[in-house]
Amino acid sequence: MIDLEPVAVPGAPLARRNPVAKLAAALLFSFVLVATLDPIAPAIAIAVELVALPLFGVRYRVLARRAWPLLVSAAGIVVTLVLFAAERSGRLLFEAGPVVVTSGVLLTALGLVLRMFAVALPGVIVFATTDPTDLADALIQNAKAPARFAVGALAAFRLVPLLGHEWQAISMARRARGVDAGRNPVAKLRLFVSTAFALLVGAIRRGTRLAVAMDARGFDAGIPRTVARRQRFTAADAWLVIGAVALAAAALSTSIVLGTFRPLIG
Amino acid sequence: MGGEEVAVVSGVTLRGFGWRHAGRKRWAVRGVDLRIEHGERVLLLGPSGAGKSTLLAALAGLLPEDSGEQSGTVEIDGLDPRKARERVGIVFQDPESQLVMARCGDDVAFGLENRGVPTDEIWPRVDEALRRVGFPYRRDRLTAQLSGGEQQRLALAGALALRPGLLLLDEPTANLDPAGATLVRSAVAGALDADTTLILVEHRVAEALPLVDRVVVLEPGGGVRADGTPEAVFDVHGDALAAEGVWVPGRTVPSRRATVAPGEALLTADRLGLPPRLAETDLTVRAGEALAVLGPNGAGKSTLALLLGGLLRPGSGAVTASAELAGRDARTPPYRWRAPALATRIGSVFQDPEHQFVTGTVFDELALGPRRTGRPEAEVRTTVDELLDRLRLTALAAANPYTLSGGEARRLSVATALATAPRLLICDEPTFGQDRRTWLELVDLLADLRDAGHGVVTVTHDAEFVAALADRQVTLTRPVPADGRPAASTGGPS
Repeated sequence: MIDLEPVAVPGAPLARRNPVAKLAAALLFSFVLVATLDPIAPAIAIAVELVALPLFGVRYRVLARRAWPLLVSAAGIVVTLVLFAAERSGRLLFEAGPVVVTSGVLLTALGLVLRMFAVALPGVIVFATTDPTDLADALIQNAKAPARFAVGALAAFRLVPLLGHEWQAISMARRARGVDAGRNPVAKLRLFVSTAFALLVGAIRRGTRLAVAMDARGFDAGIPRTVARRQRFTAADAWLVIGAVALAAAALSTSIVLGTFRPLIG
Repeated sequence: MGGEEVAVVSGVTLRGFGWRHAGRKRWAVRGVDLRIEHGERVLLLGPSGAGKSTLLAALAGLLPEDSGEQSGTVEIDGLDPRKARERVGIVFQDPESQLVMARCGDDVAFGLENRGVPTDEIWPRVDEALRRVGFPYRRDRLTAQLSGGEQQRLALAGALALRPGLLLLDEPTANLDPAGATLVRSAVAGALDADTTLILVEHRVAEALPLVDRVVVLEPGGGVRADGTPEAVFDVHGDALAAEGVWVPGRTVPSRRATVAPGEALLTADRLGLPPRLAETDLTVRAGEALAVLGPNGAGKSTLALLLGGLLRPGSGAVTASAELAGRDARTPPYRWRAPALATRIGSVFQDPEHQFVTGTVFDELALGPRRTGRPEAEVRTTVDELLDRLRLTALAAANPYTLSGGEARRLSVATALATAPRLLICDEPTFGQDRRTWLELVDLLADLRDAGHGVVTVTHDAEFVAALADRQVTLTRPVPADGRPAASTGGPS
């Protein structure tokens, strides 16, 4: 199961910032880094992210656990490039049959892996330190998102963990009915599709019931909503966004000064 | 209560009211003339399919004009219910699909936010509503950590926080175990005041009677059959209602205990466990015996049913089938048998019938098992026709299983397990939310199976069911986890 619950130590100075500010900071920070293909700027960015981590109240061990899909993708990138890279410049490091590893290939792979981490980590940190309810509140109050969308998405999000249990229950119920796939891959695929369909049907029925229950409590009343939990966007929140942009710009400038900067376009 | 803000409902009036859902031939409810006064507490009864839930939805203003056809009128204080929504609160059957927020306090506040209640008034009203239903936790408790009964209490608080003049309860305890149901009923009893009009739909009449002073019975073909005090209504209509499936109080059910000693062992559980869901358990299941598995929520009853049913791999210990039951697979445990072989030996009936449906019609649903196990088509047809007839499903043979009523879906789910003629049948809460008629049929069906030499295991909270059927009982206790914390009691019943 993918872990979605926030894990921050309560009271960490940056974890407490407004969720919209955290989201904006993460998006801007990542956006600036997408502009370059070199390994230097992302390396600096990762260093900044790792230094900032304690301020968000996230332990390194927890981050590693959350970020394991990234580690898997990183390994995938390296393997793919080593096997299939068209350009094999640089010094020859290792050769075994069709596998030709050169310093150029490794450098390109390193750049890609670093970029992926630099761009993805801010998002991982934001969601690891933000309560979904707070995020929905802040989106409505500070980013003027429509309540129908934000609260609806929040309610749907709450049903996600139930899907795992449902899948298990449907699979076992099918086995009890004499339906299994054995070792036949085609039968396996068909069983997967039909189980997924049953899960979807169940999810839609439950979602419909939830929507009716929400409307019964005035969700579609058309009266301007009030808010039970106030989210404020303070000067400290603005500074978080400014700081994120400044640090990303600094990383980019360093890469330009060192002459390693390779723009994405052009 | 905050006095001036209470939406006092002075009366509900229906004149010749009927509703037909778009795309359906049959009217869900029809020809209802009814007047309910301020402060009355009404139990709405009727056989399955009489349109009770549709009537409540209409009163709650939850039937959009374009979603069907209406006849007659329905008014709350002279207004169309769609325009009187702030005067009405409703609690539904399923706890999982009526809670919106992750934290309990936020969930109660949700309705207040929607109605535009000023921020500084919200939290006092949330606390008041939680107090009225006797909610035992703090506002920041997660809704996912509540038991089914506690979740329904919270849903009630969410409705009450809006101070409705008319409270509608649509079988709020049908999905709960007895302890959870008691919790919800006591919360309703404690929360009602003289200004709240109540309309309650509930099968279990005896439990509902302390909450009401008037009973209205809907006629399935249309109109109101009976209306009056509980005594007056049950004196005249009690027998007919009981025959139609209403749990009329004071009527006993026949016992169907076994008359002969049980046969040989079919399945043996030896130190069987699955931490943290089930503590180690020893158990023998015999042919010609109905075994009931009891125990509180979180004791692992459903887990045990899945392990015995060969659907889950044991965490410790083993399930061993007798040579007779195992047939050609005598050397492997049931959880490693191929599904078609398993279905002819051990049948499992799940708590939620809808999980088990695979095909598009009732007929195909029943034919699936026999076809999977390679029986000739003529034999399949005979088996299916017999089962359809026996479980009163013949008229529904071409219907989609997902469109069946609760009782019909339950009968179908049991029939599908019987279609492959397994020697052992395992049922998880088969009587949950069932009307009296289906209940009695289930007792007879399982007793007949047992008397024909099959083994029957039922996981249940239903004491009457155990009294009527079970020849032996096993009571599970909650497993004690290694770290000393009490076992989690999340999710719904069992």
